[in-house]
Amino acid sequence: MTLQGFLLLASALFAVGLYGALSQQSVVMVMMGLELVVNAVIVGAAAFWWHTSPERPDGQVLVLLAVTAMAVEMAVGFAVTTAIFRSRDVDMTDRAADLRG
Amino acid sequence: MWRDVVFWACAVLAVGAAVAVFRVDSMARATFALLASFIATAVTVLLLDLAYLGVLVVLMMVMEMVVMAVFMVMYMMNPAGLMPMTMVHNQRGALAIATGVFLLLATGVLVTPWPESAAPRPADPARQLGEALMGDRMPTMIVLGLALFATMVSTVVLATDRGRYDRFGDRLDRDHPHDPTSGGLGR
Amino acid sequence: MVETWWGGLLLPPVLVAFAVAGAAFDSVLTARAAGAPARPLRSVVGLLAQRRRRTAAADALLWRGGAIALVVAAVLASAATPLGHHVVGDLSVGVVWFNAMEVVAWAAVWLVGWGSNSAFPLVSGYRFVAQGLAYELPHMFALITAALGAGSLRVGDVVAAQRDVWFVVWMPVAFLVYLVSVPAMAFFRPFDQAAGADAGGGVLAELSGVDRLVFIAGRWLLLVSGAAMAVPLFLGGGSGPLLPGWAWSVVKTAAVLALLVWAGRRFPTIRVDRFQEVAWLVLLPATLVQALFVSLVVVAR
Repeated sequence: MTLQGFLLLASALFAVGLYGALSQQSVVMVMMGLELVVNAVIVGAAAFWWHTSPERPDGQVLVLLAVTAMAVEMAVGFAVTTAIFRSRDVDMTDRAADLRG
Repeated sequence: MWRDVVFWACAVLAVGAAVAVFRVDSMARATFALLASFIATAVTVLLLDLAYLGVLVVLMMVMEMVVMAVFMVMYMMNPAGLMPMTMVHNQRGALAIATGVFLLLATGVLVTPWPESAAPRPADPARQLGEALMGDRMPTMIVLGLALFATMVSTVVLATDRGRYDRFGDRLDRDHPHDPTSGGLGR
Repeated sequence: MVETWWGGLLLPPVLVAFAVAGAAFDSVLTARAAGAPARPLRSVVGLLAQRRRRTAAADALLWRGGAIALVVAAVLASAATPLGHHVVGDLSVGVVWFNAMEVVAWAAVWLVGWGSNSAFPLVSGYRFVAQGLAYELPHMFALITAALGAGSLRVGDVVAAQRDVWFVVWMPVAFLVYLVSVPAMAFFRPFDQAAGADAGGGVLAELSGVDRLVFIAGRWLLLVSGAAMAVPLFLGGGSGPLLPGWAWSVVKTAAVLALLVWAGRRFPTIRVDRFQEVAWLVLLPATLVQALFVSLVVVAR
């Protein structure tokens, strides 16, 4: 329950998420990696709130922001995947490397 | 004491499940491994007395991962993992970068003398959060609301292939929309 | 509210007793034949003795995991529900906790549908997920309306706020929507598309033996948990004349459960496409207006 313990957990989640986002080819798997990265933010923000500034609400507000960012990220990610898939039958990042519609 | 035990158990479970996301073949298993990771981290948040945020993370992540599972199965080749295959690029580089980042962060975490606040903790953290969001952090809440609304509109526009001309005709003069599924109100 | 450690041991048997009583009542309504009340118990024994059926390339981990998650979540959902003045844990966010545990049913149904590697269960699992938001959003706003009236997410505070007037009196819309969405979240009739006969039994199609027993028990327990939560949220908890608090809680829960079971028999299964639009365009705005009304009252008070 030390701050170090929480930050180590956050770092590990961040690193695993980063590995996923960098190595996966499918858009959906990349998004799972990104979700793990945001998950690390949740842990870190909550731990900083508890250990360094429990009298101020900023840590909690940051957790709420991270949760919202996660929902937005997932919704937009799936919408873009659906749009790309519909227009050219692609769901891999390597084949959607251009910016043409 | 018991808090330490629960914390480390959940931390190991969270990281283990996170690794499993990229190791298992079945997409359904990958999604629910991610859910397990989220729930384990939600328990660590609960340990910090953040009851509302912890339960909120559980609630949101269960719903999000079920929706995620639908899309995973929809867009992945071989969703059930019955024919093992890998879909990765530059795996060695990604692994090196991720390990390097972890070592860097972990070193920073361990060598930094972190401050410890002696300030009293609020009796009800949820009330603190609510009063902040409805008080001096109101702009944050407004921006969040607008962002969510913009997300809803833009994702529907991106994802749908049927516009109002498909539903109400070229002159938009149909009384009832022409939808592939019937039912509902006024039809 | 009194929290007791043995309440946690007592909670599962109480829920099971309610579930068996509900199933027996349902059986009576169905058969109206001699010996019908004992039929659920007979089928329990039958399912315990039945040999499990297997399907090719099933994902046993997710299949079993889904059924077990349903039972566990259904019991945990009642952890914050008081019986009179006794409660297992009067959580500071009891209302949100209840909802979070109910939502696990989504995951459970989808997992059970997916795990058997069979077409009809899979289709039915997707059906339930597709309906999920249409069920969950009105449900969530109905729950929030009760919490809003009490100014607290703690179930004990919600009960205390109804000392003078029960919430059902000035939140009738929220109560009605709650009653509609509880069987929907528990995929109970008339919202039993996920286990519908039109898809060969839906997610239940390939379940047999103990697995089937666990899943069906989970579904009943979830329905009971929903019915039990209606009492502290809208019906004044354990308050009432003469009888002690716990007895009133039992009586009210039994009444709500009987109403839900009777309605499930009375109305035919509602088609997915019929309900979806009604949920979004009627129930959701109605609960929003109800919440607005309640918040205006709370502010004015």
